[in-house]
Amino acid sequence: MNRFEYSRAETLGAAVGAEGALLAGGTNLLDLMKIGVATPERLVDISRLSLDRIEESAGGLRIGAMVRNADIARDPQVLARYPALAEALLSGASAQLRNAATTGGNVMQATRCSYFQDPLSPCNRRAPGSGCGALGGATRNHAVLGWTEGCIAVHPSDMCVALAAYDAVVEITGPEGLREVPMEEFHPLPDAEGSGAAPLAPGEIITHIRLPDPRALARNARYVKLRERTSFAFAIVSAAAALAIEDGVITEARLALGGVAARPWRCRAAEAALKGQPATAASFARAAELATEGARPSGDNAAKIPLAQRIALRALERAAAGTPERLPALPASVFAGDDNG
Amino acid sequence: MTPTLNLTINGVPQQIALDDPRATLLDVLRERIGLTGTKKGCDRGQCGACTVLIDGRRMNSCLALALSHDGAEITTVEGLADGDQLHPVQAAFIAHDGFQCGYCTPGQIMSAVGLIAEGEAGLDPERVREGMSGNLCRCAAYAGITEAVLDATREIAAGTEKRETA
Repeated sequence: MNRFEYSRAETLGAAVGAEGALLAGGTNLLDLMKIGVATPERLVDISRLSLDRIEESAGGLRIGAMVRNADIARDPQVLARYPALAEALLSGASAQLRNAATTGGNVMQATRCSYFQDPLSPCNRRAPGSGCGALGGATRNHAVLGWTEGCIAVHPSDMCVALAAYDAVVEITGPEGLREVPMEEFHPLPDAEGSGAAPLAPGEIITHIRLPDPRALARNARYVKLRERTSFAFAIVSAAAALAIEDGVITEARLALGGVAARPWRCRAAEAALKGQPATAASFARAAELATEGARPSGDNAAKIPLAQRIALRALERAAAGTPERLPALPASVFAGDDNG
Repeated sequence: MTPTLNLTINGVPQQIALDDPRATLLDVLRERIGLTGTKKGCDRGQCGACTVLIDGRRMNSCLALALSHDGAEITTVEGLADGDQLHPVQAAFIAHDGFQCGYCTPGQIMSAVGLIAEGEAGLDPERVREGMSGNLCRCAAYAGITEAVLDATREIAAGTEKRETA
């Protein structure tokens, strides 16, 4: 790890415009610094900013950027109104990491593409213009949607997939003032060169994530995640689904995929196809096919496309069955039986 | 200027002059305080051997920048026993053979103490296994570890009940 200057921002005013890398929980940044991928000369510690509350906001919730992932997942309001968000969070990382990792840090975490994580490999994302080491390499965990020859990495967050499905908004403060970006669009897709715009401009900081009123989506929402082991692993593919069902008819549908692109992927065509349809297996099967519209393998990962369809189908079916009173022992696992999972 | 770090470690206030901001909490515990119970395994938050309680919450001390935790209360495996009286989790790991080589054990024990305090797994073995997934054991003593955590959960609940009715 390179040497750096450390300072602590006690107020948001001191954090905004500060030069250097922002340190919150540290679970991703310190890791990247240890492997030589992040080499900041200055660290600005924002972990003590008073952005550590979950508040009611216009029928929805506003989650401070310093709220720890574990505290979102066990918040009674989140469990009651946004259960797919709690399930997504509990399916990610380990209990120790969830106790430290923050909302803002989860959004800002780097891709786990092994070529990005290896400073000796070319990577347009880490070193613009150096090429993409993943192309033609080991690509089974790479993108099938929204990728270019410049970068085929995926965003690793589970939380962001559920947030995108819930139409969450990222609140950002910078030297120029406030701005808001839908979670769905926060992470830029790669351009042809593989680098693209940064999600935050220098000096900007995420202050909150705002969740709109879930209304009728509250009790029919699930997250399903396929991974190489049942716990403490990133998604191969995942899906967040939320449905509003009246008299057996779907009045509103939300579906987002994880593990398939450089951002959480909202499946608008599938959502549109479900609206007004009966909540039946046939409707869900049709929507699941539409979920991967436009997908193409970026290497040896064609299997991810049918896998994503099956996981989307499972998420829709579980959402239609209703969120269980208590989340299953193995959150989001495909191995939990469908009666209790 | 050398920053001074204030930590309360196992109930004892400590002042540590830190000449290098790169030190993690794990480094400080092992190299500066001499508490080597907390282990450095992967040093990347993947194995859980470095688990301690920071202000009562289990975390990976290898990914905790020491300066960021100035003023915190830290509990390590050395702070669990009351003299010769082992903590219920320590006693349960011995009773159920919850280890073989022992390297991961301090992290397993601290993680289990945190898990039981969180109170969400209860006596469901599946929830215990899921809640302990941040602690790897290369000897694969998982069956004994699960039994130990369940037993300690019962023991701690019984002790709390006893105190409440006393």
